[in-house]
Formats: sequence, structure tokens, C-alpha cells
Amino acid sequence: MYEKDGEKYFVVDGHMHFWDASEENTKNKYGEGFIRCFYDYHKNLSPEEYVWPLEKYRKYDEATMMRDLFEDGYVDVAIFQPTYLTDFYHKGFNTTEQDAVIKEKYPDKFVLNTSFDPRLGEGGLEDFEAKVRKYNAKGVKLYTAEWHDDSKGWKLTDPWAVKYLDKCQELGVRNIHVHKGPTIWPLNRDSFDLADVDDAASTFPELNFIVEHVGLPRLEDMCWIGTQEPNVYGGLAVAMPFIHTRPKYFGQVVGELLYWLGEDRLTFASDYALWHPKWLVEMFVDYQYPDEFTEYPELTTNVKKKILGLNAARLYDLNVPEDMRVVEDQGTGPDVTEKPAIPQEATIGGHSE
Amino acid sequence: MTGATATGGPAGPPVSPQVDRAAVLAALGTVRDPELDQSLTELGFVAGLEIEGDTVRAHLRLPTYWCAPNFAYLMAADADTALRAVPGVTRAEVVLDDHFASDEITTGIAQRRSFQESFEGLADDELDELRALFRHKALVARQQRLVKALLDAGTTKEELGRLRLGDLPPSPELETYLQRRTELGLDVSPEAPLVVDTAGNPIPVELLEGHLRFARLTRVSIEGNAGFCRGMLATRYGLPNRETG
Repeated sequence: MYEKDGEKYFVVDGHMHFWDASEENTKNKYGEGFIRCFYDYHKNLSPEEYVWPLEKYRKYDEATMMRDLFEDGYVDVAIFQPTYLTDFYHKGFNTTEQDAVIKEKYPDKFVLNTSFDPRLGEGGLEDFEAKVRKYNAKGVKLYTAEWHDDSKGWKLTDPWAVKYLDKCQELGVRNIHVHKGPTIWPLNRDSFDLADVDDAASTFPELNFIVEHVGLPRLEDMCWIGTQEPNVYGGLAVAMPFIHTRPKYFGQVVGELLYWLGEDRLTFASDYALWHPKWLVEMFVDYQYPDEFTEYPELTTNVKKKILGLNAARLYDLNVPEDMRVVEDQGTGPDVTEKPAIPQEATIGGHSE
Repeated sequence: MTGATATGGPAGPPVSPQVDRAAVLAALGTVRDPELDQSLTELGFVAGLEIEGDTVRAHLRLPTYWCAPNFAYLMAADADTALRAVPGVTRAEVVLDDHFASDEITTGIAQRRSFQESFEGLADDELDELRALFRHKALVARQQRLVKALLDAGTTKEELGRLRLGDLPPSPELETYLQRRTELGLDVSPEAPLVVDTAGNPIPVELLEGHLRFARLTRVSIEGNAGFCRGMLATRYGLPNRETG
């Protein structure tokens, strides 16, 4: 919980990790390249006093994570989003099994999500079902750019992916977190486009699709499908830290998302240990648009409360203390605001029907 | 012309005249990152140049190890073509540094293989469609930059819909906008409408608001990505981080 100026904010960190990219666990140059790229993200966007040495960043311990999130970082509940990367790391980068050990010790602090890879076919589907039942998972994190043998990625519209999503529906795994990475088959197309999320969200209206990193670098795709599909959400991991280095751009991203998706479909995340939630929460609560931004919906205290925790709490049925809830609606977003008609050609990219 | 006369030295094995470094850089300055709509030299993607007589080797670098290989390939291939067009260059090589697909891309370009051949089994076609897609996005963003300035200066949306290219005073923004229109084969005559869709058709007045809103979003997206890429490159290579905003 974060408190400022008499307002209390319930904080859900919608996307965080407990990873192991130690040298012993790193399998090859791709694993090395992966963690170094992550480290550049961390260094580039963090305030200087929050930058870790590379060694600590490769593998941090439980006590560090618990302190950063729950003692210093104001987080009430954190959502584990596994990222397997078993082609890059011997024991995986950050698996459900590793996260489950922590979840068992602190059952009220964490939501434990799992994952699936449709390329594992029938056998993978059985394993997935067993995992969901064992951990009582309500969400999955999907990384469509994950390498697997000769394959460099997959799409939510692949026939096997549809079978896995069917299984999610059957088992009550309602929240599908999708992360688009840069390498996916076929390489000659725009691998970041969100057209497959659009299709999957139409096919499975009862599932919620949380697009991680709000679709960056394809904010325009994100906003477009947000206007088309009421069950698509924007996860703000990676977008949040721009609040420090590029506050004006941060305002544009949030402003566009509030305009196109609305205040009820955005969720805060630190992507820990990429960034520390403490400064993200503090700066977000203090944030105001630059004066020249007159076209975007207002970023009020209530909107901030929803983004920081209440929206994710709704998705995961988390119990929010009475004094941190928000009753009235700010009135932004496509549910309540009429949008101008958009010429079909304007929505270029990933949407050619 | 023989090498000896060109260099004025004593007779011996022919020596090629040294290719002009500024001309090489200017050529690379015409190559754009298709996704960010800025040139390789502006973005700091040219890591180094080695010029020996008529042979030029350019090293390219990108903001991350994982930058999309398709865009990387397009830039490397375009750089190769640009280098070969510089007067005096007979051999050119483009080397992509520090990327997960460095070998495939560097070798592919050197052997003048197609993209599909360079990434066998991973691509089902060439990159033309991808390039066209991002040229369309760049057009929309460039148009928005012009239109925003007009709206800020008091032009109404109704007036905007009636403006022709010839109504605008010359400016660098207009020049790049016209360049993007030319690349896409759209009308750039003074009588052509200013605000058009990506096929060059004027926008009906009832769709103008939606068009402009989406154009703003596209511009925010492209400019935001460009700023982030610059920052990541600076962090990766220890360069001064000049990004603002």
C-alpha cells in the first residue's frame, strides 16, 4: 500500500520475475545476449541510485526480492510471470516451478501464473493441465518469441495454440498475458504485430488478454485492437519507467491508452528486477501531464488507483481493503466515450483482413 | 587511369585512389531505419568505416542484441547498395556487429543472397511487404507532423481538408513528407490534397477526426520508439545519451 496526501493506493505488481541468469545457468551466447539486453534496459531507464551491478542482476536472492517488493516497493500483491527460455538457460530463466517455491512460503503475497508452449503438442497439453491443477493457476504468461529447437516463435492463432486456449477456458485460466518479442516466424513479416491477439480475443471473448508492455513497440496496434476487443488489456511493464527518463513520452503513451482503451483496462507492473517498484509507484502518483497536453483524458487520483492495483485486483479476484476502493468512474475509454470513425486504411499494420 | 598516375608515385603495382570518406558517410546517410524513419548516421548505427583504396567496409551496430533481424537485414542490404554507388568504390562490405544474427546477415549480404536464402526455413517471402508497411506508417507520421503545426497555428479542420500541397510554404517537414509520398508513388503536384490516406485518396470530412487521431498515435509510436532505440544504443555502447522529452 502506498499513501500520499491522504490517499491510499492498493498496489498490484502485475508482472514480475524471480530469474536465474547466473553464469552457471547460462547455456549459450543467446542466454548471455538475453540477460545483457535486459541489463541495458535496466541501466538505461532506472534512476542511477537504483542501478545494480551486473552480477547481482544476473541472480538475486529471495530476501532482496521480498524487501524490494513488499517492504520498500509498496506492493500488496505481486504476480509471477514465468519465462522459461530453456533453450538459453539450463534450468530455465524463470519457471513456474521456481516461483512456486516462493509462493508456498508467502501465499498471500503472490499470484502464481504459469505458461504453455503450443509447439509441445498433445503431451504439452497434458502437462499444462496438470500444472494448472497443481498450482491452481488463474493466468498464463505467453512469450510468442521463445525459441524451441528450429522454431523461432509461434502465434496465438496456430491450431495448437487454439487448443491450449480452449483448455484455459475449460480450466478457468482466465487471464492470458501475452508478450511479443522480436523474433518470430515468418521473419519477413512484422514480428511485433498484434493481429493474432486480435483474432484470439475475438475467438475467446470470456478470456482476458493482457498485452504486456502495452504492445510496445506497436502502441498503434495495441490501441487499435483495444477499440475492437473489450477483453484486451494493456500491461504497463516497460512503459512505466519512461516516467523518469522521458516523462513527456510517458504522458503520451498513457494519454493514448486512456483515450483508446480507457481507465479500466490498464495495469501497473514493474517487470522486477528490470525496475524497482518503489520509484515507479512514487513517481506515478505524483505524475502530471505536461501543460501542453490538452487532448488526453485526465489522469486523476482515481484513475491512478485503478491502474496501480484495482484493475488487476478485479482480474484476479483479489481482496481490496474498503478504504482503497474507487466507486465512481472517471468516464474515459471506449465503453463510455464515443470515438470518431477511423478510416480503415489508417489502421495499417497487422490488420489487413 | 593507372594507380601510379592517380597517386603520383613511382611506377609499380596499380594503386586505387582513396575513396572519399565524406562521400561514403553521405551515402550511408541516405539509408534509413525503415521502422524509425531516420537515417543510419543520425541514429548512430554506423559504428566504423574502413577505407582502403577502392574498398570500403562499414560496421553497423544496433541498440540491442535482439533487434528484429528483418529490419537489420533491410538496413544492411540498403547500406551495401548505397556503398556500391559511391564513385570509386569497387568492393564494399557491410558487417553487422554484436547481433544474434550477425553471421547470417553479414554473410548473406556479402554473398548477395536474398533474405529468404539467408534465413532458410524461417522466412516464407522477401521483405518488400514489410518495407511498404513501414513506409505507409512513416507517411502518416510525417503528415501528422505537418498538420499538427498547422492546427497549432490556428488552421481549422475544415480548412485543413481543403488544403493543397502548393498552399504550404517550403519547410524541411514538407520536404520529407513529399519525399515519402514520392516513394509511395503518390501525387506530389501542387494541386494534390495535403491530407490523404496511404493510397493517396483525400480523407472525407466525416473521417478526418478519426484519421488525425490515429495519425497522432502513429507518430507518438514511431517517435517514441526512435527515442528509446537511441537511449538503448547509448547505454549499450557508453555513448552520451542525447535523448530528451
